[in-house]
Amino acid sequence: MSDHSHELEAHQAEIAEPIPDPGLPPHEPRPTDVDPASERRAERQVATFFGLACVLSVLFCVAYFTMHVGEHPSTFLSLGASTLWLGVTLGLALLCIGIGAIQWARKLMGDEEIVEYRHSASSTEEDREEAIAAFQQGVEESGIGRRSLVRNSLLVAMASLGLPAIVALRDLGPLPEQDGKYAANGVNTLYKTVWAKNMRVVQDVGFNPIKPSDMVVGQLVNGEPAVFDPANTNAEGEPEFEGTALLNATAKAAVILVRMDPDDIVDEHSKNWGVDGILCFSKICTHVGCPISLWEQQTHHLLCPCHQSTFDLADGGKVVFGPAARSLPQLPITLDSEGYIVAQSDFHEPVGPSFWERG
Amino acid sequence: MRLLSEKISRKRRSRFAGPLVLLIGLLLTGGLYAAFAPANADQSGPSADDVAKGRALFEVGCASCHGKNAEGILTKRDKNFGPSLIGVGAAAVHFQVSTGRMPMAQPGTQAIRKRPVYSDTEIRQLGAFVQSLGPGPAVPDASDYDISNLSAEEIAKGGEFFRTNCTACHNFAGHGGAMPEGKFAPKIYGDTPQQIFEAMLTGPQQMPAFSNQVLTAQDKKAIIGYVKTINEAPQYGGFGLGGLGPVSEGMFAWLAGIGGLVLVAVWIASHSARSSKKKKVQA
Repeated sequence: MSDHSHELEAHQAEIAEPIPDPGLPPHEPRPTDVDPASERRAERQVATFFGLACVLSVLFCVAYFTMHVGEHPSTFLSLGASTLWLGVTLGLALLCIGIGAIQWARKLMGDEEIVEYRHSASSTEEDREEAIAAFQQGVEESGIGRRSLVRNSLLVAMASLGLPAIVALRDLGPLPEQDGKYAANGVNTLYKTVWAKNMRVVQDVGFNPIKPSDMVVGQLVNGEPAVFDPANTNAEGEPEFEGTALLNATAKAAVILVRMDPDDIVDEHSKNWGVDGILCFSKICTHVGCPISLWEQQTHHLLCPCHQSTFDLADGGKVVFGPAARSLPQLPITLDSEGYIVAQSDFHEPVGPSFWERG
Repeated sequence: MRLLSEKISRKRRSRFAGPLVLLIGLLLTGGLYAAFAPANADQSGPSADDVAKGRALFEVGCASCHGKNAEGILTKRDKNFGPSLIGVGAAAVHFQVSTGRMPMAQPGTQAIRKRPVYSDTEIRQLGAFVQSLGPGPAVPDASDYDISNLSAEEIAKGGEFFRTNCTACHNFAGHGGAMPEGKFAPKIYGDTPQQIFEAMLTGPQQMPAFSNQVLTAQDKKAIIGYVKTINEAPQYGGFGLGGLGPVSEGMFAWLAGIGGLVLVAVWIASHSARSSKKKKVQA
């Protein structure tokens, strides 16, 4: 304490305060400091909270072993009893320990106010000189100034470490190239999807092909290219697409079929890409690529649930609201010899969000 | 015919034999067709009486918006005041009227679900009248939406169909969602299986239709089974908070969670009681 008061005096002598420092108010003791009875009461309170935490921890174990999980879970007020009681007991146990600790600090731990002054953050002059001398000695002994061959070859070595980092960036994926080795199968680029001439549009999940007569005005069908049907196998009897390849291809090729009254379709070019008022659009939002199928059949608006981009499907998929910048790509469709809806070709533009190479 | 003509010699054949054979043939064809033809939902056929009573009900309760002959009424700006009901079918009538959406209390963008105004008989009669105006989806057969015998696999498949076709508007738990201009996709777990089936079949208001030719009756039944299953399952993770995901959960975390922490922080830093007594100096 004498050390503190000494510093305090020195500090006050240094700066002449325009308003004198009133200092700390006199310390007032708490009831627990002066009254042994209330001190014991506070002790009991703290101990009670810690004891409660103990009981709750045991109850957690009881709940863990008695509540059923799995196919026929125990319930409490139609909530899952196991999750509920595990959470309640463990949460309250932690809370009780916390409340007990804070009560302990508030009522029983010392609460005398202490003033601590800040000190300069810099080291002493001697320490600094010593450090600089050690560094200079290192420079001198290593000879980094004199031995230019060693120094320069070290710089080159460090710089060439950047090469592995740059080359490894290539693994981030193939460029969205239009031609080249990845474009060949039409799967790995952002420009192409698996849609091709005469590929049937089938219903997602069910994989049934669709005839125009199957669809009524106002109908929506979430569609996929027929090549995704697991029954569609290659020469080895394996499904043509599965696993990650299927997910990657679906992320671009998913479509929706909608049927409108042909008189309601404003865009003639768009109408010509459809059959009897049935149009096929990409299901991937041109903003950031969410799957969109929130179709209002009376307004012909298609909404993206992520950021509320709205496309008018009666007007060539034009953006009428929201952050999307491009019209929704349309897949030209026609009928095959059996009367099922098929694609005329792949999409004529990249589907999904914009990317920098996209013109 | 050859068999017959061999058995009955030309001399013995009565002159009524030809017409008789023709008659038997026709009866057989008709009878066989009636026996094996695909069952039609309105097989029993709405009686003329139902149609007449339905028309009477329609003229009182529906014609002010839908027109005297259900031809629809346009507003001055050529927008729908009440759409034409020709060809919407009895299924649409049953859905709209049995959920109380029709008749609407007032014209508006969203038909609100409320206590139905018409009795089951009246709904049947209204449906019979609308069905008589033009072909449309009939009220589905009870077996189409009987979900009692669905297997776990079918319900899981129904879940796939549900997530593909329904969740964009009705939310992944069927709790509904907001749409532009005051419209909303309603929650669906309060509806009967028949109403859910009819909604998919007919596409009420802004909802697209899902015809039985594409999304088959069996698929629809699986979807209904899935919706009912997830709503009957106990809320295993605790309170669902409306099943709205991050919106209501985040609101709870901000208001109750962070609010509670603020209160605790205030308590920790608050002044505790002080005593005017002096502390006894320990010897």
